[in-house]
Amino acid sequence: MKLVIERREISSPLLRFSAPIASIGVALFVAGFLLLASGVSPLVAYKEIIIEALGSLYGLSETLVKTTPLIFAGLGVSLAFRMQIWNIGAEGQIYVGAMGATWVALFSGLQNHWVMLVAMFFAAFFCAGLWAGVAGFLRARWQVNEVIVTLLMNYIAILWVDYLIYGPWKDPKGFNFPLTAQFSDTARFAEYFNTRMHSGFFLALFCALVLYLFIERTVWGYEIKVIGSNQKAAQYAGMNTGMAIFFVLFLSGAIAGIAGFSEVAGLQHRLQHGISPGYGYTAIIIAWLAKRSAIGVVIVSFLLGVLLVGGDSLQLLWQLPVAFVYAFQGLILFFLLASDFFIIYRVKLVKGVAHA
Amino acid sequence: MSDILHIENIRKTFPGVIALDDVSFSVARGEIHTLLGENGAGKSTLMNVLTGLYHPDRGQIRIAGEKIHFTSPRDSLACGIGMVHQHFMLVPAHSVFENILLALDNVPNFYSRKTYKEKIQQLIDEFDLDLDLSTPVWKLSIGAQQWIELIKLLMRDCQLLILDEPTAVLTPQEADRLFDVLRRLKKQGKSIIFISHKMREVMEISDRVTILKKGCSLDTLARGDFDESKLASLMIGKDKIPQWQKTLQMSDEIVLDIQGLSVRNDRGLSDLDKFNLQLKKGEILGVAGVAGNGQKALAEVLTGLKNTSHGRILAREKDITNSNARYSYIAGIAHIPEDRKTIGIAPDMSVDENLIMKSFKSGSFRNWIFQNKKAIRRNAEEKIEQFAIKTGPDGTPVRYLSGGNIQKVIIARELSEHPAVLVALYPTRGLDIGSAGYVHKVIADGADRGMSTILIAEDLDELLKLSDRIAVMFRGKLIGYVNPRKTTREEIGLMMSGETPGDTA
Repeated sequence: MKLVIERREISSPLLRFSAPIASIGVALFVAGFLLLASGVSPLVAYKEIIIEALGSLYGLSETLVKTTPLIFAGLGVSLAFRMQIWNIGAEGQIYVGAMGATWVALFSGLQNHWVMLVAMFFAAFFCAGLWAGVAGFLRARWQVNEVIVTLLMNYIAILWVDYLIYGPWKDPKGFNFPLTAQFSDTARFAEYFNTRMHSGFFLALFCALVLYLFIERTVWGYEIKVIGSNQKAAQYAGMNTGMAIFFVLFLSGAIAGIAGFSEVAGLQHRLQHGISPGYGYTAIIIAWLAKRSAIGVVIVSFLLGVLLVGGDSLQLLWQLPVAFVYAFQGLILFFLLASDFFIIYRVKLVKGVAHA
Repeated sequence: MSDILHIENIRKTFPGVIALDDVSFSVARGEIHTLLGENGAGKSTLMNVLTGLYHPDRGQIRIAGEKIHFTSPRDSLACGIGMVHQHFMLVPAHSVFENILLALDNVPNFYSRKTYKEKIQQLIDEFDLDLDLSTPVWKLSIGAQQWIELIKLLMRDCQLLILDEPTAVLTPQEADRLFDVLRRLKKQGKSIIFISHKMREVMEISDRVTILKKGCSLDTLARGDFDESKLASLMIGKDKIPQWQKTLQMSDEIVLDIQGLSVRNDRGLSDLDKFNLQLKKGEILGVAGVAGNGQKALAEVLTGLKNTSHGRILAREKDITNSNARYSYIAGIAHIPEDRKTIGIAPDMSVDENLIMKSFKSGSFRNWIFQNKKAIRRNAEEKIEQFAIKTGPDGTPVRYLSGGNIQKVIIARELSEHPAVLVALYPTRGLDIGSAGYVHKVIADGADRGMSTILIAEDLDELLKLSDRIAVMFRGKLIGYVNPRKTTREEIGLMMSGETPGDTA
């Protein structure tokens, strides 16, 4: 008996569709052992997660609040993935976006609500875009690996924001806490149903729609897909791939940066430490789970939003550490990557192969 | 004569493909046995079965009468089967001696350089090979590198040698040397499986020929029972070859004039060295040369993938070397690339999308910033019909198409804009005879409409048949032009090895 691994000629659509679901299932199963080890029944815990995150208007609104930045960051990361560019720096781009928006909110002196929001949007968009664009430029010009550059720039971005809130931007009336002053009402999103849910969520859905049209329908989207499928063929067809790499990383970062804008304008109303508890990293999982579609990003972001909110209740009820939620996210990604192997290859048992 | 190898009813399938259906043949001791077949007939799969890389689904292999199962290439080598691949497995920075040593098993940790060197030198002397053991491999010609591969197998005492299209990289003269050596090996009782699709060579060297077609062994013919036309008709069978007629028309109008062009590669060596070429309107200009003598660089400069370090390119007497005009001019050149899968197509995208890769920005395929999906679909329907492309259901990624159909997609795309110039790099490599004939027809028809073609190919017969003039390249230089109707293979062969001809056509 012998195990033989063969490449599948055509991977079945059913398999491709069910793989993410199966990997979430397996991740749930394995995470169950972690729960058992902490003395919590997995079934009770999972039920609690669902009830907490979806069972009430408050729970649902909290879930959407968490979903919002995940959609932005997930869209950004998945756009780059589409071109086989790996943007690992969404976390830093969120911070830089938030920084740009805060700068406008605190120091521009704009009085009109809409003008203010639009200005904040573009500040976040361009700051984060240029931030990611650095990696794009280096990659396009000198073939510097964008994974390393985007990843390392996260630390710079986070520390830069720290510098601002501990130093020049610190709220003089803030009792020396590392926070900026609160935004005025002109710089805040509307909130709904007496909850923390804000307009950022609708902006995120709108962004997903625009990005979907951009990729699937426009000439540029076509160019990105060709480059993603075969960069040499693209060059050969006369496409300027260097420019496209820069542009896509710029846009990828810019969209992730909107998450920063949405967080400060809709939720925090100030710049402070930890405005993103790792949304940028979760975005990588989201982009991978959603494969290629913008719609997929919205759905997966919502699922992970459920997990984040539900995970909070695990902390409250059973004093489980927040690390459990991250461990669970890690498990999903792990099994998902493993499932790719089974989509591409088939494993067969071959009987009776004698030796020479 | 006893059979050294006997294979019976071999079948090997891959998901969705039957690579080998039913193959049986035997090789006697001291025989040169040719496997002849079009690309896709199953030659390489069969060789991979013989060298232990694939396990057949059915059938048996006997070596010297004994039934055998290979589980890895190691088993096959242990049975005395050795193969010279088309792409050599050599370490360029190492010396000839080190490369040979690398291939040997059971070299003791403290080995005597002297004994091994003497052994290898003996082989070299025996076959009159011109090879110095201490030279690093990268300094050697392709022909000499092939000797090393051969010596490796002889040092291992292989009894059955498999040579996979060994002459593809050789000049006609080098090929003759190789055949000499093969005949001598035969005299020593070694058996050789020779794979080729060049009829001339097959006729010259084979004791027996087995014809493969669509995964089946059709027939085995002994010397005397076959001639070129018989082999060709067996190989092609009932496949239709598109007919075409070429009308000679040579105007003196020069469309493209390349003057003193030099191109360096990544290692700082010259791929093109003061290269000159003139392309006339409506002609098919064949470019002959042993692979690796600058043909690829020439195509890359003309396709804009490479920049020049010296020299000028004139299009209709206008210098376009380093101006933006070059790029717009290049955009008007049609290209059939060497490696269709790695640079010709976007493999994960549909036929529709691949067909517009060069013209996706043109007004007919878009409305403002949006793609006009209807127009794209209509274009695809037209092209699929016109070029008889066999595709799967709509939206099937191009990579699932056969090689011939992928080539048709590329040709349909490149020729749809009625270009003035076509640069075709090995356009029929890997195609079956029917598809290759189709490609020839398209090029010849294009010439009738006034399109000028630079045809770079490795098969001299193809060049002689199709070209109006043939330019011969050697080490990045133009050696000269010949007239395909007046020249001989020998003359071209000499020029391919760098000798300047006495008189040019």
